[in-house]
Amino acid sequence: MTNFRVPGKGRVDQRRPVTFSFDDKEFTAAKGDTVASALLANGVHLMGRSFKYHRPRGPVAAGSEEPNALIGTRRGKGQFEPNTRATVQEVYKGLAATSQNKFPNLKFDIGEINDKAYMLLSAGFYYKTFMWPRSFWDKVYEPFIRAAAGLGVSPTEEDPDHYASRYLHTDVLVVGAGPAGLAAARSAAEAGLRVTLVDENSEAGGTLLSEPQALIEGAPAWDWLAAELAALTDLGVKIMTRTTAIGYYHQNMVGLCEKLTDYVATPEANIPRERMWRVRAGQVILAQGALEKPLVFDGNDRPGVMLAGSAQTYLNRYGVRVGDRAVVVTSHDSAYHAAFDLVESGTAIRAIVDTRAMPPEDLVSQARIRSILVLTGHTVTGTSGRLRVKSVRVNPVRDGWVGEARELLCDCVLMSGGWTPSLHLFSHTKGSLKWDAEQQTFLPDRMTEACLIAGAGRGLWGIEAALTDGAEMGAVAARELGKPIEAKRLTVEQDRTGTGESNTELPSDLSQGKARAFVDYQNDVTAKDLRLAVREGMRSIEHVKRYTTNGMATDQGKMSNINGLNIASDALGKPQPQVGLTTFRPPYTPTSFGAFAGYHRGDHFEATRKTPIDIWAEENGAAFEPVSQWRRAWYFPRAGETMDAAVQRECKATRESVGMFDASTLGKIEVTGPDAVEFMNRMYTNPWTKLQPGRARYGLLLGDDGFIRDDGVIGRLSQDRFHVTTTTGGAARVLNMMEDYLQTEWPDLKVWLTSTTEQWATIALNGPNARKVIEPFVEGLDISAEAFPHMSVAECTVAGFPARLFRISFTGELGFEINVPARHGLELWETLYAAGRPYDLCTYGTETMHVLRAEKGYIIVGQDTDGTVTPFDAGIGWAVGKAKPDFVGMRALKRPDLVADGRKQLVGLLTEDSTTKLEEGAQIVLDPAQPVPMKMVGHVTSSYHSVAAGRPIAMALIAGGHGRMGETVHIPMPDGVIRATVTSPVFYDPEGARLAI
Amino acid sequence: MLLIKCPYCDETLPELEFAYAGEAHITRPPTPAEASDEEWRDFLFIRSNVKGAHYERWRHVHGCGRFFNAVRDTVSDRFLVTYPAGGLRPAVDDVTGSSK
Ligand SMILES: [Zn+2]
Repeated sequence: MTNFRVPGKGRVDQRRPVTFSFDDKEFTAAKGDTVASALLANGVHLMGRSFKYHRPRGPVAAGSEEPNALIGTRRGKGQFEPNTRATVQEVYKGLAATSQNKFPNLKFDIGEINDKAYMLLSAGFYYKTFMWPRSFWDKVYEPFIRAAAGLGVSPTEEDPDHYASRYLHTDVLVVGAGPAGLAAARSAAEAGLRVTLVDENSEAGGTLLSEPQALIEGAPAWDWLAAELAALTDLGVKIMTRTTAIGYYHQNMVGLCEKLTDYVATPEANIPRERMWRVRAGQVILAQGALEKPLVFDGNDRPGVMLAGSAQTYLNRYGVRVGDRAVVVTSHDSAYHAAFDLVESGTAIRAIVDTRAMPPEDLVSQARIRSILVLTGHTVTGTSGRLRVKSVRVNPVRDGWVGEARELLCDCVLMSGGWTPSLHLFSHTKGSLKWDAEQQTFLPDRMTEACLIAGAGRGLWGIEAALTDGAEMGAVAARELGKPIEAKRLTVEQDRTGTGESNTELPSDLSQGKARAFVDYQNDVTAKDLRLAVREGMRSIEHVKRYTTNGMATDQGKMSNINGLNIASDALGKPQPQVGLTTFRPPYTPTSFGAFAGYHRGDHFEATRKTPIDIWAEENGAAFEPVSQWRRAWYFPRAGETMDAAVQRECKATRESVGMFDASTLGKIEVTGPDAVEFMNRMYTNPWTKLQPGRARYGLLLGDDGFIRDDGVIGRLSQDRFHVTTTTGGAARVLNMMEDYLQTEWPDLKVWLTSTTEQWATIALNGPNARKVIEPFVEGLDISAEAFPHMSVAECTVAGFPARLFRISFTGELGFEINVPARHGLELWETLYAAGRPYDLCTYGTETMHVLRAEKGYIIVGQDTDGTVTPFDAGIGWAVGKAKPDFVGMRALKRPDLVADGRKQLVGLLTEDSTTKLEEGAQIVLDPAQPVPMKMVGHVTSSYHSVAAGRPIAMALIAGGHGRMGETVHIPMPDGVIRATVTSPVFYDPEGARLAI
Repeated sequence: MLLIKCPYCDETLPELEFAYAGEAHITRPPTPAEASDEEWRDFLFIRSNVKGAHYERWRHVHGCGRFFNAVRDTVSDRFLVTYPAGGLRPAVDDVTGSSK
């Protein structure tokens, strides 16, 4: 196999070979390689296929901006990751990497036919090609788009790794550990500040890693770097590598994603794969450098065509020559240095093709000294080669006229279109940019955060300029934080500064209509697409972007944005700043969902609240259902019993003898104070003044818009103390609403509100034998029917535990609710369960509770109401106090809309065939013969099979429902229309005789 | 994540501790029974929806539990000032002038 490794060169350890596989073929890398550098060392440029045209592609860059070389990596079951950039993924022993977007294999791919059909797939093809005929959509177009769309393959297995999450507070956060970042960190640290320095690469140094020739203060760059990192560590700087600043959020909060395992063969057990840091910094210094731009010419995407600066990085950092014979194509000085470095390492430079007529004299003469042909004032008009570039077609340009072409044979093309400051994070802050006409790029302008930008990020080129600016910005940050310090100045020899010009697509003598000159490699957008978008009427850069998808791939246009802008502004005939730039958004690079989720997965996704009696339910085989955050016993199936059978048994046992239910999840709020009764009068619809201590009442809570918000039984324990219950899901909301009115509308009321939901365990006993079960345990209270009638409350002792005992019912049967301190709940439950045996006491869950209450027509807020239902709509207008001067929602109940005819009202529904159970949520119509779409007059809110009624029952909200008693309505379902009769929602014991036992 | 100063705790704390509670200085008519339909409609539904300094309520729900008022710039999403519930509405110039 060809070996492109240069002995003794680079920062990788060539004496420590590492084996890995790519598309099941084994390769040898050096320790420190990325997948891209290792494959290039083995002469492999072809690493993937493009997204739309399936064109063969190789790496065009050497860092995280890489658009082409996307691979899948797999470490084990559930540890597959698609779309990893081969230029970032470090090689470790046993790494298994695969190419993407190919079938059947990378070298021969059927999808390549898309490349021949590119005329059909031009800008906006989604909007045009698939519009007609309409009948083709389901069968032809959508399957085609779904098969073609998406980069790589999504993992389907559960991710076994875990992800960590941390907060960090720091005085100064420096993003980017190149020369500017290093110098900034040094200044700030020497001022005595806490400094955090982060870099996405595996080691700090930035451009210094690619420029070992530089001498800083007389020392070789890499020696200086090692000493500088040691000095920073001594100063207490927290240096984090493999850590990407993914987003810059409000008030100097920066999100960092730190990779911890993806580069080692056998990670330590229990170490998280990634760690998300939420950093709050006093000052943020962005020292992210600049990204090189490609040149836009026909065939600029063939494997072997790459950025000149990246070729220089592969050589100097990884010790890899990217080819044997290179043609350098450039509009910027920097590519000359790449050419010179490569020549020294044994790569022949066929020519430096400079688009500029007059490149700097000294660079041209340096090239001549090395016997490199320099073609000034030239353009590139094409490349050849299927899986690897074989030649470049170049032409002279004179006065805008493209001369005769010549073919230069080569195995790689190194291009440079100049450099773009990396301002993505700055863009997250909504800081403004200004167009710099000389450099033909956007530079940072107005800051919105305590943020500084250093080095190439603000258009300064060269190591010395970056070091000087970094040191200065570090000092500025220190001064802002009250620790003034002088910035140090460092001298650099053999620095490589330079300038260049900016281009649209390069001029050509061939038809531009046939040119495949790529601007956005990842989304396969060409210069022609951008011009077509403008021709078809797109004027805003945001529209051009969406129509062509330029800059919309996972790299967010890191390389393509300025080229795209130059072409769009040329096509529009407007200068760049008037065309504008699209917005970069977090994250800076693709970030795993695991890192965002952190600990919040599986059982930790959200809290599961359990009652004190939950453990008993679990041990006794309960099926559970979630109710807001609570886990509640749903029903208690016996062996082999279906849910329906269990619920029917539980209903029957409760109505015939006694059932026991864990009601501990009910929200409970203690309302106390001298003005407690006045507060209750104002909050709830009901009158409370005349409710005597020891009595309880159904309470109804509205919003000031008149709609039902919550309900629950409320007991008055003394003149100044109410025990308020709320729905299980509504507790926090109700307390918040009470606090809101108390604090902000009626701050004069002397009232205290306390959540007591979790302080009480609540056990409900219902059924004709309920009293018989609990009576022997009650001390200090006569609970006979006469002494303790329905809707009573008292404090007493039950089974030796202090208790608040309510006689209330949500089933229509004789009922008691015993509240005891939570720690006694389980013991009381077990005591009552044993005592109930002679009465065949049956435990029941939420499903039976729902059925029993529906048989009585008791509503469940949020099921039978939906936020647009008034008490009168729900048929519980009796709960609204008529003589009160005010309560929350009172005024709204008189608003014209709320008293209008035709409002949806809660009614009962009985299917005419007496056997069909309606679907909850099913829509109701009056005339089933009307054309579709039918006029819907309401929907089914609750529906159950009722043992007590001997048939299915349902509740529904129907327009004008209270006036439709006895009428037939229709419920159209997929398999036919169901007829039902409108009735009262009370299906059982309408006189309430059973409550009085 | 925003940083919010609770005027009761007198501390600047992360947004996670707070809950938004709608526009501030919306007066509930003191005698609702006498309010016209239009007045009640305005109280319920009509909000300023400003671009710029917005007077709004927050609750330090995971802290002291108090409701308070704030002026936030809806363009920059930056808090200009926070002040206790019931406090006088500060003039826009005063809060924007003092903001950074
Ligand atoms: Zn507070």
